[in-house]
Amino acid sequence: MAQLDIKVLIKQVPNTAEVKIDPHTGTLMREGMESIINPDDLHAIEAALRLRDAHGGKVTAISMGPPQAVDVLREALGMGADECFLLTDRAFAGADTLATSYTLGKCIQRLGRFDLVIAGHQAIDGDTAQIGPQVAEFLDVPQVIRAITLEIKDNELLAERTAEECTEVVKCPLPALVTVTKEANDPRYLFIPLLMAAFEAEAPVKVWGSKDIGADEASTGLKGSPTKVQRTFTPSHKKKIEKLTGAPADMARTLVDRLRERRVL
Amino acid sequence: MAIWIEKSECIGCESCLEACPVGAISMRDGLAFIEERCTSCGACVESCAQGAINSDASAGDADISEFKDVWVVAETMHGNVRSCTMEILGCGRALADALGQRLCVVLAGKGVSSQTEAMAENGADVVYLLENNRLEEGRMLPHARAISDAIRERKPAVVLFAATPFGREMAPRVSRRLGVGLTADCTGLDIDPETKNLLQTRPAWGGNLMATIISPDTRPQMSTVRPGVMKALPPEPGRKAEIMHLKVNIRPEDQRLDILKLKKESYKHVNLTDARIIVSGGHGVGSKEGFGLLEELAGLLGAEVAGTRIAVEEGWLTPDRQVGQTGKSVCPELYIACGISGAIQHSAGMLGSKTIVAINTDPAAPIFAIADFAINEDLFKVIPELIDALKVRGDEK
Repeated sequence: MAQLDIKVLIKQVPNTAEVKIDPHTGTLMREGMESIINPDDLHAIEAALRLRDAHGGKVTAISMGPPQAVDVLREALGMGADECFLLTDRAFAGADTLATSYTLGKCIQRLGRFDLVIAGHQAIDGDTAQIGPQVAEFLDVPQVIRAITLEIKDNELLAERTAEECTEVVKCPLPALVTVTKEANDPRYLFIPLLMAAFEAEAPVKVWGSKDIGADEASTGLKGSPTKVQRTFTPSHKKKIEKLTGAPADMARTLVDRLRERRVL
Repeated sequence: MAIWIEKSECIGCESCLEACPVGAISMRDGLAFIEERCTSCGACVESCAQGAINSDASAGDADISEFKDVWVVAETMHGNVRSCTMEILGCGRALADALGQRLCVVLAGKGVSSQTEAMAENGADVVYLLENNRLEEGRMLPHARAISDAIRERKPAVVLFAATPFGREMAPRVSRRLGVGLTADCTGLDIDPETKNLLQTRPAWGGNLMATIISPDTRPQMSTVRPGVMKALPPEPGRKAEIMHLKVNIRPEDQRLDILKLKKESYKHVNLTDARIIVSGGHGVGSKEGFGLLEELAGLLGAEVAGTRIAVEEGWLTPDRQVGQTGKSVCPELYIACGISGAIQHSAGMLGSKTIVAINTDPAAPIFAIADFAINEDLFKVIPELIDALKVRGDEK
């Protein structure tokens, strides 16, 4: 069969493990917040590279974001991706998942033929897991969500994916879209010479805006986003806390008594 | 809004005939013709490869007052409607009452009509039955087709899906197909008393913030709803609902994915979501051996063992036992958090627990702020005592 053409969708996210909330205003403190490549996306890149290495072909990483999101694309190049596209434009800002899937989908269409789109299952900043299925719908291709193994045979995709009570072995024709979870693989480390090359002027990183992908600006960014954030607030968890004291054995006995009183045990 | 055929573009291929959910397109003189019963739903527009079907609708200017009723998309497992659907019906009932509109259930599947009674008893005014042999459980694309077509035809104001793996796979496809917004994994739903907009509240930024999302200009307003958060209504025996059968039109492209087999044996299912008691460990447990102690305690309590992302990343636990933002969301009767600091990424997945016990050496650990019982002590000193206490009390009984 012809060489595989694989697109990988990646996202730069704030490291939510370090998110801090201003206790007075209840808003996010963005200052000094570290940006990282979305953890699931590393597994998407790895899955793409393994398929390319087995079958031959090309891996193209695509990210939508502000200019500094080029960092995650350089990381993809450092792992071994062949080329990258950064979709950055003022018109893309403020996009919800519908507008984001439109923008990513338009870029993929503009790039022409593809066999597979691979994305991380979900991003740690939004946790929506909606972009994969929405891009698949936009491109009108089948989707395999939460894949843990991927195989290509006779122009078909064979995958195993986690379902609720079991894993499913599924098959679909190419082109298709796949999202992968952490169970899919162990991402390789960055290869330093490749990473350094990604910072060179001739590195295969293209920056595209709205016109380059032929987007209708009514469908991108804030304008193309039906959902709006009305307000944000800090979650409150008010509870009566009982502090148990004494020696470990005393605390253990008190706890068992309390839990029995509550009929939990 | 209107739909019309550009006659000079139409090549008479008939592909739009099947796309129409109400059968309002026929052939006249070899060209497509829109009949009066057209509901202007727009389902045919994308079916025309020639671009010969025109519509004056765009997402922004659709008349949103046309859209009425609250819909709950039912999910079945092994032929029975799941408890998460009942929960969403409980919440949907309140939304429908606040809007002064009907609560409708969309029941799609193969031989699912036996479930209609339960839907009525749990609060539904109307049950839309979408029955088709191709609508087997877990077949996402056929379900997405049937539900999108039904929404286009009947125009609900609100559509709620369960935020189960299936719901979270299907709802985004439906939203993209219809070009409307979708809010993922909502934990709170309300109607704004003034604007009548659906207020969709969900955790954001890794659960550090809650965000209330609206879709003021598009209809339907769609959400997936986190299981285990909403409360089902007590069933009202004998309560009746109107039953309506809707046409289902599954296309060949909806059958592109084949499920070859299910592998149960290779994947030991851990049902954290339904566990009554969970013994959970984090960084403080320190090792796989440390989790052995937690397993001993869990064994005595008939509990499941779970843990934080760190515990999974360290290889102390398998990923299916991870609780938290990137793992499972649980709401057991009792959650015993051992050596867990309580970062929001973890607590976001266990806040629904009825009773929380926290055991941690750090008195400032955030877990203590959400616990019912706080034990500021080394878990390796407390748990063996707890095991003894349980054994002793057990013997006394």
